[in-house]
Amino acid sequence: MAILVMGEHDNTSVSLATLSTIAAAQVIGGDIDLLIVGADVQRVAEAASKIIGIRRVLVADAPHLADALAENVEATAMQLVGDYTHVFAPATAFGKSVAPRIAARLDVAQISDVTAVESPDTFHRPIYAGNLIATVRSTDPHKVATVRTTAFEPVAAIGGGATIVHVKAASDQGISVFVSREVTKLDRPELTAARIIVSGGRGLGSGENYAKILEPLADKLGAALGASRAAVDAGFVPNDYQVGQTGKIVAPELYLAIGISGAIQHLAGMKDSKVIVAINKDPDAPIFGVADYGLVGDLFAVVPELTASI
Amino acid sequence: MKGNTLKILVAVKRVVDYNVKVRAKSDGSGPDLANVKMSMNPFDEIAVEEAVRLKEGGAAAEVIVVSCGPSQCQETLRNALAIGADRAILVETETELQPLAVAKLLKAVFDREAPQLIILGKQAIDDDSNQTGQMLAALAGLPQATFASKVAIAEGRLQVTREVDGGLETLLLALPAVVTADLRLNEPRYVTLPNIMKAKKKPLETVTPEVFDVDVTPRLTMLRVAEPSKRAAGIKVPDVRTLLEKLKSETKVI
Repeated sequence: MAILVMGEHDNTSVSLATLSTIAAAQVIGGDIDLLIVGADVQRVAEAASKIIGIRRVLVADAPHLADALAENVEATAMQLVGDYTHVFAPATAFGKSVAPRIAARLDVAQISDVTAVESPDTFHRPIYAGNLIATVRSTDPHKVATVRTTAFEPVAAIGGGATIVHVKAASDQGISVFVSREVTKLDRPELTAARIIVSGGRGLGSGENYAKILEPLADKLGAALGASRAAVDAGFVPNDYQVGQTGKIVAPELYLAIGISGAIQHLAGMKDSKVIVAINKDPDAPIFGVADYGLVGDLFAVVPELTASI
Repeated sequence: MKGNTLKILVAVKRVVDYNVKVRAKSDGSGPDLANVKMSMNPFDEIAVEEAVRLKEGGAAAEVIVVSCGPSQCQETLRNALAIGADRAILVETETELQPLAVAKLLKAVFDREAPQLIILGKQAIDDDSNQTGQMLAALAGLPQATFASKVAIAEGRLQVTREVDGGLETLLLALPAVVTADLRLNEPRYVTLPNIMKAKKKPLETVTPEVFDVDVTPRLTMLRVAEPSKRAAGIKVPDVRTLLEKLKSETKVI
């Protein structure tokens, strides 16, 4: 058994999602290699070599790999994947873009969003917005999968001693060009990495209310801000705030659902949170069905009171 | 105008309606889909809308919709024609189609129709795979932009803004290219009765996977499905003070 993990990084360190993906690979066992693709990635390669549980860090370093264009990452990965029984990638924007390309080029199926590894060829994955968990078996010679990162506890980022091996970058495919990146400036933790999330729904009524009511609470808690799809659709906040089956999948220590009714699509994205608190004026809202602590009341009174009491 | 010859291919899937809560069959062999309402995959609807808008804006000349699946997919295609697509292709098969098989069929349609742009939904809300667009791009050797929130054609290239983790990313792709639509790309129009009537007269061609010489045999076997372990409902607290006490005593984060 040999597993290649597609490493996601920001040129400094590999992402938490990658560490969870390695944890999923460890369930299968065998040799685990981590592929780091990018430009000037010596620093991230050195950091990655300390990750627990990996044999080698394969590094492809070239200017045209700077922005992780899917076409170029795929081409470089294709030079290596033939030697591996498994190719795992985190189920993030990066992994979701690249892994299906690799699977198609290998002429194998991809198993998306793996939440449990039952055996080297059998996996659990959510379907129908998380309403059902399917157990699927792949009979293909290579198993390509993306990993639902909240389902696996990340491995330790330090303490290991993997060998760094430089590999050849495939040439620039020349069919796509990176133009720009607009990173939402966050004074708060990123949603998928946050310990506490304050999340708002349609009950807030407007973008102004969302900011006025939720931001002070998030500031006090050092929390990330999230939202239901209804709040995103209504234009209260940008799409990257969305928690749910089609948005971000999160599992913080504490999730505060405020003015969120709890549509199944939303629950699919947050129900693995350790502790869930719901504040809603409708006592019959489905969110109370998953909340550890529910408070029925007017959020416009309750939330400021909560903020003031912390 | 140069853009006038541009052809757009849009792939649409017939799926369980967004509002249906799907349950497992009692023997756990699969999802229970008896008598449930079926609709066009919502992300595909956004894809069709985008293609039609590009045509209405003069950037494209023709919008072709394609669906792979049983004969009932004709309804889905008629719906796409009612939004404003010009003609439809059904690749008809009763075999269960997995993303790799669909990508191969779409590749065959791409080879025959030679569109400059292919738009798909980012994922279907039944199997939630999020694979087909990327697989098609890889098989056809095309550039891709997944999770698109903005698309523009300029000087023979495609500028796409993508929703990535923590922000937005803009790419410039050579044509032909594959785009997968995210939620914010547009808000699909309501189809009107006159357009539904008009759609009935638009051409709909039916072909089979055999015509394209594509093997659609499934690669993944579904061993069983189960409902996820239910999270038990907790308690209702009467006020903020009690809530805070509970959080302080029972969690370590506050």
